[in-house]
Amino acid sequence: MKLAYWMYAGPAHIGTLRVASSFKNVHAIMHAPLGDDYFNVMRSMLERERDFTPVTASIVDRHVLARGSQEKVVENMTRKDQQEKPDLIVLTPTCTSSILQEDLQNFVERATVHTNSDILLADVNHYRVNEFQAADRTLEQIIAFYLDKENISYQKTEQPSVNILGIFTLGFHHQHDCRELHRLLKDLGIQINQIIPEGCLVTNLKKIPQAWFNIVPYREIGLMAAQYLEKKFQMPYVATTPMGLVETADWIRQICLLVRTQSVFVKDGHPKKMDFEKYIDQQTRFVSQAAWFSRSIDAQNLTGKKTLVFGDATHAAAMTKILVREMGINVCCAGTYCQHDADWFREQVQGFCDQVLITEDHTQVGNMISQIEPAAIFGTQMERHVGKRLDIPCGVISAPIHIQNFPLSYRPFLGYEGTNQIADLVYNSFTLGMEDHLLEIFGGHDVKTVITKNLSTDHHFTWQPSAINELQKIPGFVRNRIKRNTEKFARSKNIQEITVDIMYEAKEAFSG
Amino acid sequence: MSHLKFECETGNYHTFCPISCVAWLYQKISDSFFLVIGTKTCGYFLQNALGVMIFAEPRYAMAELEEGDISAQLHDFDELKRLCYQIQQDRNPSVLVWIGTCTTEIIKMDLEGMAPKIEELTGLPILVARANGLDYAFTQGEDTVLAAMAHRCPEYLPTKNAQAPLVLFGSLPNTVSQQLTRELENQGISVSGWLPETRYEELPALGSGVYVCGVHPFLSRTATTLMRRRKCQLIGAPFPIGPDGTKAWIEKICQVFDIQPKNLQQREMKIWENLKDYLSLVKSRSVFFMGDNLLEISLARFLIRCGMIVYEIGIPYMDKRFQASELHLLEKTCKEMNVSLPQIVEKPDNYNQIQRIRALQPDLVITGLAHSNPLEARGITTKWSVEFTFAQIHGFTNARDILELVTRPLRRNHHLKNLGWSQLVSSHH
Repeated sequence: MKLAYWMYAGPAHIGTLRVASSFKNVHAIMHAPLGDDYFNVMRSMLERERDFTPVTASIVDRHVLARGSQEKVVENMTRKDQQEKPDLIVLTPTCTSSILQEDLQNFVERATVHTNSDILLADVNHYRVNEFQAADRTLEQIIAFYLDKENISYQKTEQPSVNILGIFTLGFHHQHDCRELHRLLKDLGIQINQIIPEGCLVTNLKKIPQAWFNIVPYREIGLMAAQYLEKKFQMPYVATTPMGLVETADWIRQICLLVRTQSVFVKDGHPKKMDFEKYIDQQTRFVSQAAWFSRSIDAQNLTGKKTLVFGDATHAAAMTKILVREMGINVCCAGTYCQHDADWFREQVQGFCDQVLITEDHTQVGNMISQIEPAAIFGTQMERHVGKRLDIPCGVISAPIHIQNFPLSYRPFLGYEGTNQIADLVYNSFTLGMEDHLLEIFGGHDVKTVITKNLSTDHHFTWQPSAINELQKIPGFVRNRIKRNTEKFARSKNIQEITVDIMYEAKEAFSG
Repeated sequence: MSHLKFECETGNYHTFCPISCVAWLYQKISDSFFLVIGTKTCGYFLQNALGVMIFAEPRYAMAELEEGDISAQLHDFDELKRLCYQIQQDRNPSVLVWIGTCTTEIIKMDLEGMAPKIEELTGLPILVARANGLDYAFTQGEDTVLAAMAHRCPEYLPTKNAQAPLVLFGSLPNTVSQQLTRELENQGISVSGWLPETRYEELPALGSGVYVCGVHPFLSRTATTLMRRRKCQLIGAPFPIGPDGTKAWIEKICQVFDIQPKNLQQREMKIWENLKDYLSLVKSRSVFFMGDNLLEISLARFLIRCGMIVYEIGIPYMDKRFQASELHLLEKTCKEMNVSLPQIVEKPDNYNQIQRIRALQPDLVITGLAHSNPLEARGITTKWSVEFTFAQIHGFTNARDILELVTRPLRRNHHLKNLGWSQLVSSHH
């Protein structure tokens, strides 16, 4: 048993649901008690999703405990098959079904007899894996399910093409990143074969092997699928994250290499010639503003500033490298909560930071922050709140995230536009350069004069102690307004002494 | 006269897990600490549903069960004891509430058996409430906690020639419970205590001769416990939601204490008078309650009195005995307003409901967050139901707040109505 207040990675079923609901026309049925379908709320609220989230629960209740849930689950699957006619139904176990140990695979087989949809039981164990690992596994499982099915005959596309693996619902800036990758690949003359799973039909998965190779932008989810495809179809993959100028360049070079080695697929032996190096140079120096920004005098003030970076392995590693290598900022501590990928993370940030922190315990991160006292933090929403408490600015670079991290405007973290966004984020997170100097030279801003917004003329009224007491119970941010309204009301009624009753009467008279 | 019809569907509906009650109960009972004994799933729900609150050093935590706990490799008694000592040391609460979850039910963890032992060791009162999703929905979580708390109230010792004590049950923000207390005081009835009070140590005395009355429609277990185990007398009344409900609630309590209510009629009329502007907005508009928090009957009754037409009242669970007076008032209201009786659908099926909503095209759907945005995108106006749980909706004073909530989407959409983009989904779903 563990005392816990907060977690960075969600439970396994969330990962499975993120994969299932990202595909088009796939329905997930959770085997779960009432109230476990909170995923639907998150998707509907955070992503501001217009469509009904294709997730239903087959409710586990007392009856199920007594009699088993076979009938119910099978019925729910066949019903959903008729109602929504999905291509695939993913039966999703939860922590509850993990301990019930019912033979869900058997239910799947029973239901399959009556349905047109394919049905698959997500192979995830709640107590062994977290959200990311489960998503990674489920994605591989679904892809393998469709590719193992029959003898896939395929032909590579004429022009170089890729699959992007791992664009998801509720992913940190995934939609924007996907658009940016799309743009980059188009510039490079590479077609996108399939984007998986976001918006993808499972019936199109059999086209996966037509691509020349795969791209896995985020390490957490997609790697297992890429490895499967490499083994099964000898498809190579690029697992570098094109985040930051150096890594983006590296990513392009890897792609370039793959295009060259794979060009046997092209009938005349040579794909369209493209000067990748020239492209990288152009983009770096002139299209992206980030390279110039870091040389501009404004950014000089960032030199050697202390920061702490924490997040998922992909974003925390990339961010650490950007801050140190591309901006000259001092990363005192880089950390991740992806404990299962700790070795990779250590290797990535080695030489870039003073110390590495691998933990799932947010209090440990909080303690580290208060110990280091960095000038800025780059982390998750939790670090943002720690920063608030300690009065340290924080840029959010990784999930877990809030609704404000699902911006409507175009905010990629990847590619060349991503470097601009990151530069802005970094710059705005620190106290602005010149402002910093002025504060030091002139010893701070003006002393704050107290400006009260209290317009009521107190001396006209006597507030009874009980009424004052009542007033104190009202949350601070509306207290003054309530006070003013009450006095306005009292004035209109020619009342001198304000009692609790008068307060309530005033509330009834006004809209509050 | 026709009677209310009750239906029961599949129970495939969306609601919050009952452990969410810790969110408002830890705030209400200021010296408490809530320990939710469950899995990552429970923690994830609380963390996301409570949003910002989680960062404010809340007085609740998860005792997260790991594989070793599930397979009984670890001794659950020792584990819980360790965590409880830790909480006592770090936070020093006056009471610890253990919230049992689905997992503790399934692995049959004997929380009720362990609590007294650990209580003895730590000297810290430990209550056990099984607020799990196997048995309960959303607000019923509070019911399980208050039912457990009822056992801890001191014993009432009758005193001569005083009014029989009246204890009200149901957690309300302090301002609202104060308002209701004063409404009764104005009728010459003193409230001797609330279950729960602001502090655990102030729980009211209960026993034979004590009258109790509920303020929420979802407290049927608490009511039963108060009657059967604490020998209190239950006053079955409609709930003080809306001016009509509040008046009926006060009237019923007055009747029990043999008091002729004063100025009650005028008080109600004055409140209605103040609501005029909002009433014109809702008049003849239709409402559909998908059902997720058990406030539905009372809210529907109030909205019908406001002149609305209610098509369907979805509700997770319907205790016809505890809600008898409320149901009766609903029938009476329909008759007086000359509208047909709404369907009451227990354990609704959200899929079927959405088909019905499509057919009926109500002016307003009161629903959970899972369906709000998709319905709005299809041109159907919605109000997020959870807000009714957290807003102040009880008593005369707060009637306006209910209509503020109900009319907000109507007012917003009224502002946008001429822009021509109310349907925002591309294909026919």
